Amino acid sequence: MRPADLLSSSWRAVRSHKMRSALTMLGIVVGIASVVLTVGLGLGTQKDVSEQIAALGSDLLIVSPGSSTDSSGVRGGFGSGQTLTLSDAEALGNEVVVPDADAVAPEKSSSLSLEYGESNWTTTVTGTTTSWPTVRSRELLYGSFFTDDDVTSGAHVIVLGSETAVELFGATTVVGQQVTIDGETFDVVGVLSEAGSSGDTSLDDLAVVPMTTMIDTLATTASESVDTIYIKAVSSDVLGAASQEATSLLLNLHGLASADDADFTVDVQDSLINAATSVYQKLTVLLTGIAALALLVGGIGVMNIMLVSVTERTREIGLRKALGAAPANIRNQFLIEAMILGLSGGAVGVVIGVGLALGLPGVLGSTIVISGLALVVSVVVAVGIGAVFGVYPAARAARLAPIDALRDQ
Amino acid sequence: MTVTTRDPLAGASPVIEITGARKTYRTGDIEFEALRGIDCRIFPGEYVAIVGPSGSGKSTLMNILGCLDVLTSGSYILAGEDVSTLDEVALASARNRRIGFVFQQFNLLASLTALGNVELPLIYAGVAPAERRERALAALERVGLGDRWRNHPGQLSGGQQQRVAIARALVTEPAIVLADEPTGNLDSRSTEDVLGMLDDLHGEGRTIVLITHEGDVARRAQTVYNVTDGQFVGAGTEIAK
Repeated sequence: MRPADLLSSSWRAVRSHKMRSALTMLGIVVGIASVVLTVGLGLGTQKDVSEQIAALGSDLLIVSPGSSTDSSGVRGGFGSGQTLTLSDAEALGNEVVVPDADAVAPEKSSSLSLEYGESNWTTTVTGTTTSWPTVRSRELLYGSFFTDDDVTSGAHVIVLGSETAVELFGATTVVGQQVTIDGETFDVVGVLSEAGSSGDTSLDDLAVVPMTTMIDTLATTASESVDTIYIKAVSSDVLGAASQEATSLLLNLHGLASADDADFTVDVQDSLINAATSVYQKLTVLLTGIAALALLVGGIGVMNIMLVSVTERTREIGLRKALGAAPANIRNQFLIEAMILGLSGGAVGVVIGVGLALGLPGVLGSTIVISGLALVVSVVVAVGIGAVFGVYPAARAARLAPIDALRDQ
Repeated sequence: MTVTTRDPLAGASPVIEITGARKTYRTGDIEFEALRGIDCRIFPGEYVAIVGPSGSGKSTLMNILGCLDVLTSGSYILAGEDVSTLDEVALASARNRRIGFVFQQFNLLASLTALGNVELPLIYAGVAPAERRERALAALERVGLGDRWRNHPGQLSGGQQQRVAIARALVTEPAIVLADEPTGNLDSRSTEDVLGMLDDLHGEGRTIVLITHEGDVARRAQTVYNVTDGQFVGAGTEIAK
C-alpha cells in the first residue's frame, strides 16, 4: 500500500465521521489550549518578574558591614558591624577606581517617630545623598528630592514615602508641610511615588533626609559609619565587574590582604530574585500539572473513541482484509487516524490557546508570552498523544480475523 | 441431468486443488469438525456451484477457498501456490491477487464512490493512482455502470450495488471469482441481472465459484458440488445444458 493512499484513506475516515472526530478532538483541544496558556503565563510571569527586578535595580550592588563568614568559616556579624564609613562611600563613587559604578548612595537608617500635629508615625528614617533616587530607582510623586546644598549644609528637609505621608497627613499632597522628629522640625520637600513592597517590607513606608542631617541630628550610632552602601552599576552586564572593583577598593581602604578577611559583604539583590523566581516556578509547575492532566484525559478520550470506532467498523475492517489489506495496513490506518485527530486537536487547541493568551491579559492583568517553540512542541505532543493512545485500538483492529469481522452484523 | 466423475482436462492444471481438506473448530472442550476430508479440483474457465444447507460446512469451505481461513489438515493449492501454509500477511496478499469476492451484503464502503470502492483492492496491491483509476473505470464499464462511477452506494439500487461489487471482484484480474450468496439480498429482477452477469463472465472464460443454498441459482453453474456434514455428497454433478 502506498503511503499517500494510507494517508488519504485515514483522512477520509476521520472526515466521514465529523461529529465523532470533533468529540474525540475535544479533550486534546482543551489540553493543548491549557498548555499554551500555561507556558505563556509562566513565561509572562518570568518576564514581569525580571522587569520588576530591573525596576528595583537588577544592576544594584549592596555593600553591608561585617562578613557573612569569617576567615575560619564561622558566621560573623553580618550587617551589624560599623565597618563601613562615609569615606568608603565617597571612594566607591570615584569613577577611576570603580569605573563600572554609575552612582553610589550610602544609607544610615534609624527607626524614629515622626510627628505632625496630633498624629505620629514610626518609620525608618534614612540619611543618604542626592544620588539615592537614581541608585534605588525611585521617582518623586510630588515636590523634589533634596539637593547637594541641603546635604552640605545639613538642612532640615525630608522626603516621605507615600504610605508614610498618608499615615501622618492622610494625604500625599503634603509638600511644604512640616514634621517633627526628636523635637527637630523638618520641611517636607518631596513625596516618593509608590514602589510596592520587597518581600515583607513596604518600600513606601520610609522617610529620607540628607546624610549630614542624619549624622548631626538623628543618628544614634557612631557618626561616620553607614549601614549600607548601594552601588548602581552602569548596566546589569557589568554587575560582576563592579562588584570586584568595589571589593578590591574596600579591601585596600580597610587595609586587608585577602577577601577572606573582608569586614564587609558585597551582594546583589539575590533574595528578591530568588523569591520571585520560586513563586513563578511553583505557579508554572502547578499549571503544567493541570495541563498535563487535561492532556492525559484527552488522550484517554482518543483511545476510548478509537476503540468504539474499531467495534463500529468491524465489517469495514473485515472487508478491507478480504480485499487484501495486511494487518499492518489496518493498524497503520487506525494509528494515522488517531494522529490526525491529535494533529487537528492540537492545531485547534493552539489557536484557542493563542486567542485566550491575546484576550486574557486585558482581563487578568497578567502578561502572557506566546512562544513559537511552545506552540510547535504543543502540536508535536498532540500528535504524539494520538499515536500513543491510538496504538491499542489500532492493534485490536489489526488483530481482527477477517471471517469474524465479515460475519459481524 | 447426468452424474459423471470429472476427468481433469488434458494439459490444463487446476486453478484450485484441494486434497483431504479438514477443518476443526475448537470452543473450549468442544470440538466441531466443519470439513471432514474434501477433495476438489476446479479448472480454469469452470463455473462451479457449491450448495448445501446451513451448517453443512459450505461457509467454511468458502472461507477456505477465499483464503480467509486456513485448513486444520490437508492441502490447498491456488493457482499453483500452496496457500495452506501461508501466514496472515501472505494470505492477505494471496486474497488480493488471486480472489475476487462478491458478498451477499455487497460490502461496499458507504463513504466511497463506486469508483473508490472498485479501486480498493488495487490500493492494497500498491497500484499507482492513474492506472488504478483507469482499471477501475474499465471494470465499472464492464458491468454497465460506467456512467455511475461518481455515485455513492446509497445512491444505487441493490442490483447496481452488487454490480459495483462484481466490478471490484474483477478489477484485480483474479484467478477465481468467489461469489457467496450473491443474490441473497436481491429481488428477482436484480437476481436475474446479477446471474446473467456471472453467465457472461463465464462465457468470457473466467473461473467462477458460486456458493448458494438456492437450487435455481446453482443450476446456472456447469458443475454443482453438494456439501453435507462437511463432505461432498457424490462427486461433482454436471448440469446438462
